Amino acid sequence: MSTLEIKGIVASVAGKQILNGIDLTVRSGEVHAVMGPNGAGKSTLSAVIMGKPGYEVHSGQVLLDGVDLLGLPAWKRAQAGMHLVTQYPSEVPGVSLTDMLSAAYDARGRASDGLAASVAAEADRINFPVALLDRSLNVDFSGGEKKRNETVQLALLAPKFAILDELDSGLDLDALRDCARRVEDLSNTDGPNGRLGVLAITHYNRLLEELLPDRVHILVKGRIVASGGAELADQLERDGYEAFTDAPAV
Amino acid sequence: MSVPVSAPASSSTTVLPTAEQEVWRYSRIGELDMAAFTPAVVRSTVTGADTLAPADSKLVDELVASMTPHDVFDELNAEFNGTVAISVPAGKVLREPIVVTHNITGDGVALYPRLLIHGGADSEFTVVERFESSDDTYALVVPRLVVHASQAARVSYLGVNLLGPRVWQLAHQQATGERDSTTLLATVALGGDYARVRTDARVVGQGATTKQIALYYADGTQMHDFRTLQDHIAPRTNSDLLFKGAVQDSAKSVYTGLIRIREEAKGSVAFQTNRNLTLSAGAWAESVPNLDIKTNDVKCSHASSVGPIDEEQRFYLESRGIPPEVAQRLVVLGFFDDVLAMLPVGDMRGDLRRRVERKLVGGAP
Repeated sequence: MSTLEIKGIVASVAGKQILNGIDLTVRSGEVHAVMGPNGAGKSTLSAVIMGKPGYEVHSGQVLLDGVDLLGLPAWKRAQAGMHLVTQYPSEVPGVSLTDMLSAAYDARGRASDGLAASVAAEADRINFPVALLDRSLNVDFSGGEKKRNETVQLALLAPKFAILDELDSGLDLDALRDCARRVEDLSNTDGPNGRLGVLAITHYNRLLEELLPDRVHILVKGRIVASGGAELADQLERDGYEAFTDAPAV
Repeated sequence: MSVPVSAPASSSTTVLPTAEQEVWRYSRIGELDMAAFTPAVVRSTVTGADTLAPADSKLVDELVASMTPHDVFDELNAEFNGTVAISVPAGKVLREPIVVTHNITGDGVALYPRLLIHGGADSEFTVVERFESSDDTYALVVPRLVVHASQAARVSYLGVNLLGPRVWQLAHQQATGERDSTTLLATVALGGDYARVRTDARVVGQGATTKQIALYYADGTQMHDFRTLQDHIAPRTNSDLLFKGAVQDSAKSVYTGLIRIREEAKGSVAFQTNRNLTLSAGAWAESVPNLDIKTNDVKCSHASSVGPIDEEQRFYLESRGIPPEVAQRLVVLGFFDDVLAMLPVGDMRGDLRRRVERKLVGGAP
């Protein structure tokens, strides 16, 4: 059982303070949804947790099983068990999914024999076209192919925690269902690192029809203003973000 | 097949071009001291040409006469050259490449290799020209290349520069493609101190195609310098160019290229792309694409870029647990992947890719 604790995170980007004190705790096997309107700080939160350059953290901690990740570069956070599914996966010409996973396995000291077969099986499971496995990552991929590709990586790298940054943006309903179901499976099935803990950052609740959240948090203006069970997403769907805009931080 | 001349006296009185001239702009020509070099005999070996008769002397004369001299280095090559002439007769297809290797040795020598390639009508073959030297060789190499593709011939050329760190190269290549021919001129430049290649590719027959590709990688204090011309002289001709380079440490590179579509070259298609990665803050790359189009009925485009590795690409790989130096290696090798895939000699690809990898970690190619 692993625990990801986000404690009192205050962070800025380009000199502008975006996160004003975020507290969240996610355990293995739990799915937490962080929902918020545009500009609430959703992408900043995912970038800060993963250590993307360009973001400044002024105070707070991100603890993975008690170890503060904030002092580590992104690649060490990933090796410690964190994984970011990015909103807009980068195109990397000349580097295939297999090349990337092979390097990622090497870096973890994991043998990459049998990798090709594992990749093919995982791709098949989530309807990612096998023909794309040896093509340049994300180059000329459709929105759905990009997110299926992200989900293949997530399943094979088997992290302790996954941050999904708007997994639902830019993809069709079939792809959304395939990706969300796979993540839901990972959160319910024991892998090499136990069950996957998930922090799903999203604007819309259509993702949450397949990926069932244990907890829902509403992020407005860099603060969590409400937390609750899955019913909170329904309330949000009914009342909109306006109902939460002026609520005090929880 | 090789016709070396005796070594003549030093040509220290030669008047050199200067960087004031447009075609030598950004170059290091001002540093060249011809008095430091004495002409010597080129040691060249040729493999893969066993089934070919020696080139006809009249044909050799015609190929030599077809060269357009531009500067004193053309004249010096004409005077002191060691020539290899390859003539593939009409209709002949060679499955294996002909490999010409110039082994550059000496201390203060000037070498003038000349390679003449003639592809008869409907012939198909590949010639690889390798320039190699040891680390302590101090030399000036002034190669000249003539490629002539007759009607419907498919001629591929790959030049590989694996020269040592004290060697200068001033190369000039001229290719001519007749009707419906396809000429590929490829370069992999990894070595040398200052290494310049000027390539003039002329498509003179209707339906002819030239492709020019290059992979260059300069580190330390190296400089790679490319000047290209895609010259369309006949209707419905095609040219395509993809040059990709990387510079690191305090290395430099220059690419300047011109697409010239003459008035008579209606219906022609020409593309030119130059991409450069600057891998260190002190490295410098210049890219200057040019168009000179004299008819409206053409499809033509050029693109060029100079910049560091894309930070988003780097972060994407690092966010998968890949350490920075491995991420950089993947991105740089990926950047060169399309050029490597287009090289005409499949079984050299792995070796050249490994040499690029060695440059990435600061080793000799």
